[in-house]
Amino acid sequence: MIGVLTVPLATGPGLLTRIGASVLQVVAVGVGGPLLLGLMGKIRARAEGRIGPPIIQGLLDLRKLVRKEAIRAEHTSAVAALAPLVLVASAAVAAAVTPLVTTRPVIGGGADAFAVVYLLLMGSVALALGGLDAGTAFGGMGSSRAMTIGAISEPALLVAVLALAVQAHTSNLPGIVTASLSHPEWLASPERLLALAALVVVVIAETGRIPVDNPSTHLELTMIHEAMILEYAGPDLALVTVGEAMRLGLLLGLVANLFFPWGIAVSGGGFALLVGLVVLGAKTAAIAVLVALVEVSTAKLRLFRVPELLAGGFVLAAVAVTTGLVTR
Amino acid sequence: MQLRHVDAGSCNGCEIEIAQAFAPVSDAGRFGARLVASPRHADGLLVTGVVTKNMAVPLQMTFEATPRPRVVVACGDCAVSGGVFAGAYGVVGSVRDVLPVDVEIPGCPPEPSEITEALRRLTGR
Amino acid sequence: MSTAAYLIGLGIASAAALLGAVLPARRRLLGAAVLSSAACLAALAGAGDVLVSGHAFSLHTAQVLPLTGVDLSLDPLGAIFVVTTAVVGLAVSCYSVGYGAHQTPSRTATAMLPAFLTTLLLVPAAASLATFMVAWELMALASLLALLTEHRRRRETRDAAQWYAVMTHIGAAAILLGLVLLAAHAGGQSFAAIAAHRRHLSVPLASVVFLLTLFGFASKAGAVPLHVWLPRAHPEAPSPVSALMSGAMVNLGIYGILRVGEDLLGGGELWWWLVVAALGVVSAVFGALHAAASTDTKRLLAYSTVDNIGLVLIGVGAAGALAAGGEQALAGLVLLAALFHLVNHALFKGCLFLGAGAVQHAAGTRDLDRLGGIARKMPATAVLFGIGALSISALPGLNGFASEWLLLEGLLHGFASHSAVTEAALLAGVATLAITGGLTATAFVKALGVGFLGQPRSEGAGDAREVGPSMLAGMGLLAGGCVVLGVVPGVVLPALDRATTAGLAAGAPRAVLPGLGLALASVRGAIDPALLVGGLLVGIVVIWGALRLVPRSADLRSPRRAAAWGCGRELQTARMEITATSFAEPLQRVFADVLRPDHDLEVTHTAESRYFPEAISFHQRVDDAIERVVYRPVMAAVTWWGRLARRVPNGSVHRYLAFGFAALVLVLVVLA
Ligand code: SF4
Repeated sequence: MIGVLTVPLATGPGLLTRIGASVLQVVAVGVGGPLLLGLMGKIRARAEGRIGPPIIQGLLDLRKLVRKEAIRAEHTSAVAALAPLVLVASAAVAAAVTPLVTTRPVIGGGADAFAVVYLLLMGSVALALGGLDAGTAFGGMGSSRAMTIGAISEPALLVAVLALAVQAHTSNLPGIVTASLSHPEWLASPERLLALAALVVVVIAETGRIPVDNPSTHLELTMIHEAMILEYAGPDLALVTVGEAMRLGLLLGLVANLFFPWGIAVSGGGFALLVGLVVLGAKTAAIAVLVALVEVSTAKLRLFRVPELLAGGFVLAAVAVTTGLVTR
Repeated sequence: MQLRHVDAGSCNGCEIEIAQAFAPVSDAGRFGARLVASPRHADGLLVTGVVTKNMAVPLQMTFEATPRPRVVVACGDCAVSGGVFAGAYGVVGSVRDVLPVDVEIPGCPPEPSEITEALRRLTGR
Repeated sequence: MSTAAYLIGLGIASAAALLGAVLPARRRLLGAAVLSSAACLAALAGAGDVLVSGHAFSLHTAQVLPLTGVDLSLDPLGAIFVVTTAVVGLAVSCYSVGYGAHQTPSRTATAMLPAFLTTLLLVPAAASLATFMVAWELMALASLLALLTEHRRRRETRDAAQWYAVMTHIGAAAILLGLVLLAAHAGGQSFAAIAAHRRHLSVPLASVVFLLTLFGFASKAGAVPLHVWLPRAHPEAPSPVSALMSGAMVNLGIYGILRVGEDLLGGGELWWWLVVAALGVVSAVFGALHAAASTDTKRLLAYSTVDNIGLVLIGVGAAGALAAGGEQALAGLVLLAALFHLVNHALFKGCLFLGAGAVQHAAGTRDLDRLGGIARKMPATAVLFGIGALSISALPGLNGFASEWLLLEGLLHGFASHSAVTEAALLAGVATLAITGGLTATAFVKALGVGFLGQPRSEGAGDAREVGPSMLAGMGLLAGGCVVLGVVPGVVLPALDRATTAGLAAGAPRAVLPGLGLALASVRGAIDPALLVGGLLVGIVVIWGALRLVPRSADLRSPRRAAAWGCGRELQTARMEITATSFAEPLQRVFADVLRPDHDLEVTHTAESRYFPEAISFHQRVDDAIERVVYRPVMAAVTWWGRLARRVPNGSVHRYLAFGFAALVLVLVVLA
């Protein structure tokens, strides 16, 4: 077991296949993320009695945005230009090393669950700094709120991941997923279910969905995430949008594979990858539909009630770890 | 097609109709139109009301803040020609007097279906 | 070789202190700086050799100190602290040239920096009670004087010095007491003799000694609730001194705990280490919360030191607990992580303090609410401070991530230890790491985003100019260290492995496999930051390139500069920007139970009607709740006692004679 993980990258068999699989994952998340957002929008519209924009609207908007003019506020530093790039790159690297389509992504032994958590943090920090760069009132307010919520949701995420890692005796994500495949009884264990509940809360907070944040608000004072990105236009905005969508896709895919790993490709074959891709799409779509249904049926929480929700998630995660230790 | 709505001095009649245009009956959203929070995110402005003295500069600033290519939609008689407020003392003029207008939606207020119709012309669907 | 190099280092450093005091004004700064840099390099060579070869050296000279002589010995555990100090010292020496250039510092100021450095290099090598206590007290004295050199006349500085002096001396007294008890029992005062006798110690005595020394060392390390001097002293000290305090001096508190607990007492009881871990948990959370709420750059950094020392203490405590339970491999892994974090903390905190000093130097303030826009005025400083800030926020590719990852892995695998108490401590440790991670990121996004980005909020910030090359070089050295240890953390692990083995009473097997990344030896876990960084860079380049390839008309190709979008407001000023206070406000509200902010709202109504306010003033302060709850009552009690005692001596000779007689009777009764 140990040997597999510490094999240096260059000597691992099928390096090209693994790189290919990782690229496939990045593309899947890059395309799938906006589609998932479109799906959630569609569900919401249907529930409200509207037809709503087509599911691919997000991708169409992206195509339009990259062709538009970029605008940077005067007096901004390089941070404003770099932040969207870092956001997308960090999400892409996280997508490349996470077992989404296959359990053998590239540098699977060089990254793990904690690395993915901190890669997500990197994206959040980049966005928050970008929000402060223009020196506007709302940008700073958005950064402040986003960091506050992140400061409480990140611990919940980390401890929820820990619950899984303790069960599998490793924090290596492919390791956790592979171990879950061979221990189906784990999936119904109390610590898994508690960790799942905690992770769902975190996913909602990290991706800025109701009841934590309302992605379609137009009122600056109620904004969290939108306020941070008020300043981006054209290609920059396209990057921010796609980065956010990738984070959503990544987190949903991760939740799907951690709690229902079947269908993921365990070998490097092309057919297995194809099956993995289709199954991943189906699993994440199912979760997205559930999240969207929850969204339409709840009201957004007051900003200062959100930490209570997230602290609840943190406690759930901690209970999950404890349960795992007690029932071992 | 993302639009930033600017109320340059409207009586809020047009706003109600715009909200209706995005509501279930006409559902302009299904054609890919959306109102956004920042002109930076927009492809154009959806201006309602006659341009008042206080709003002329902000309107221009909002236009400047929109990335090119960009369009201006004048919604309602006031925006198109000044409507009932034409020539009043606090008024600069219609939107055309301040910005280049690409699409006009006449009516006081225009029907939600007419607004949707105009937006469809922009989105091409 | 190592002995000579180390001793030469000490010698040059003391010479630097001497020269700083005697050279004429024009030469003194450069002379002292060059000599202390040389001293650091020599000490680095000496201690580095100990780490690489793994051979400790020791020597005894009877002449220097009367009665006991001086015992020096440097094993890999001490060497890692000497190396850390030497690196920070090198950067600080370099930086001090530019820092002092605008207004030549006094003789004391120039002399005290190298003197402080000498004592910092000396403490980890002290190998007997007498040598250790003398070095420790000299360090306290030198740091106190160094602290006072810049703004001696300011009330805050005097206050800070008083707090520091009291805390450090209470701590030193506790250490002295503990070590003397130990030495009395061992029948010798050299550390080797004490350690050789450690099996014959009774558990209660060992526990008393451990707790006494823990008290002293924790007060030096700045662990809550003994941290109160830190957020006062750091902002008031000159920045080079703050950097040395946070980057080198607080480390020695950790060194002391390890030296006494593991080496002299042999690991001891499980509960000792749980106490250490508990101190760590409290310190980390409290420090991180206050850092997130602070608006003074250096106060923020000071609280963040409390936070990071807390993380190190969690690691040290967990390692001690695991070792006490016989889990040597896991203990080694956790201690290695803790030591690595300590080294990393020295690098980024040193860099941050120097950066904060550069900004204060250039903008005339360290109040985040009055800074802003520094990145455009001082781009190099901004980049270097940014590297420090992102490192401490544990972003992948920088050193903070590497050591936090190791610490997380160590705690995670520690769960295999099957001791319920230890597991509870480990869970608390992980939860703390998680909570402080988010808070630290918030604190440093604030420091970086509000301080360096946006628009200047005061004239001083607007007029800031980039600092000179020597200051940049000092910061650059430390920031470079952050990057190197972040990308290829494997390079320092052999050295840390040696220090870890020396740091645990029963030794430890190798924790991390050789290589550039981090691959754990005894348990399953690996990470390769270089690959992650590579992936990130490739990602950025590919995306950037792809965007360039998108066809678009020529006039849209390059980004347009436009006024920031202010919702159509015609007037936008820096007064409308978010301030550090408002940035921290949501968090402060969420954690109001711990932070206990003081609000003060005053509304003046117009004479005509209560419905129309004429003026509204709002004040808010976030004081240290522990200072208020724990220290103020103690100080009040001492004052009260002092008042009471003053009434007793009223000048009457009869009364004094009566006192003398009573005392005599008492002594006789006790003796009988
Ligand atoms: S067009 Fe009619 S409804 Fe619209 S703003 Fe003018 S007066 Fe009001």
